[in-house]
Amino acid sequence: MDLAFFGAALGSALAVIGAGYGISYLSRSALEGMARQPEASADLRGAMIIAAALIEGIAFFALIICLLMVLLLPK
Amino acid sequence: MRRGQVLSEGTEAAHHANQEDPTYIVDHVMHHVQDSNYISFFDWKLNLPHLELFGFDLSITKHVVMMWIVAVLLILVFSKLAKKKGLTPTGAFSNFFEVFIVFIRDDMVYNIMGEKLGRRFMPFFLTQFFFILTCNLLGLVPFCATATGNIAVTGALAIITLLVTQIGGMLEQGFFTYLKNIVPPGIPAWLLPIMVPVEILGQFTKPFALTVRLFANMTAGHLVILSLFALIFIFKSFGDVVSYAVAPGVVGFVLFISLLEIFVALIQAYIFTFLSIIFIGAALHPEH
Repeated sequence: MDLAFFGAALGSALAVIGAGYGISYLSRSALEGMARQPEASADLRGAMIIAAALIEGIAFFALIICLLMVLLLPK
Repeated sequence: MRRGQVLSEGTEAAHHANQEDPTYIVDHVMHHVQDSNYISFFDWKLNLPHLELFGFDLSITKHVVMMWIVAVLLILVFSKLAKKKGLTPTGAFSNFFEVFIVFIRDDMVYNIMGEKLGRRFMPFFLTQFFFILTCNLLGLVPFCATATGNIAVTGALAIITLLVTQIGGMLEQGFFTYLKNIVPPGIPAWLLPIMVPVEILGQFTKPFALTVRLFANMTAGHLVILSLFALIFIFKSFGDVVSYAVAPGVVGFVLFISLLEIFVALIQAYIFTFLSIIFIGAALHPEH
């Protein structure tokens, strides 16, 4: 069914939009903080990387489900 | 690394290039990402033994062999490191690993778990971090596979963290005190019907998230690289010249993604270990 492929592509696109929005919001705050206080740069960088990896983790959940959907479709 | 990847994928794809069915590209891509019962190197193929125990399939597969290679590498490197005499490292080899080990000890374990408790668990976290890091990085070497790109491997690592959390918490705080402390103390009584199921479910969703995060990060990176290479062969249907024209751009992009993959390998090993430290620290000393 072609509709299932469309659903999988739409699902992964939405997941990527959400993750992109979340991580860009996060890096905006981190960069503002680093610009205001350069001496807090190292702490902010560490927290930013951790939070970015967690947000990406959630986006990958949706991607894996979409991938499973495409691969396990009955021919 | 780039040439080796192009060689390994290009040679195998060229073997199938005469087929009319376009799904051979999908099969080829999936074959590189999934586990298999044989190791092949151009024309040499080794069929790995198929073992079974009480109906559980324990056969030796490509990822199992990769994990053995990682184990041998780690044993060699760390036994050489541990033999150095004296407390300060000398030479490039020890200094290189001192960076990682001191970072894990001071900024991760002792920061979160405190020094007394951290000292007990340092070997566990060091092993976990370097095992995941080496598995991730070895997946980027040509003709090698990523063991952590197998959900069973990452699931086993997360189950180990889960077991250490629960059993460590029960041993440290006492069985019933630990179960009571799963829900944080000081919550108003009307929130309890919501909080108890959420917290109990949370004990299981956290290792599940660890599993899927590491598995998806590793597999997605390799899938992107392989799909970009497959793009060259998909363009062949428009004419040979088109695929030759597209190839340099694709290879450049793949080089960039491979560098990103190295970064992601480091980050994912760090995140897995960091979250394990947080979970185990919270289970053993909930007041922190």
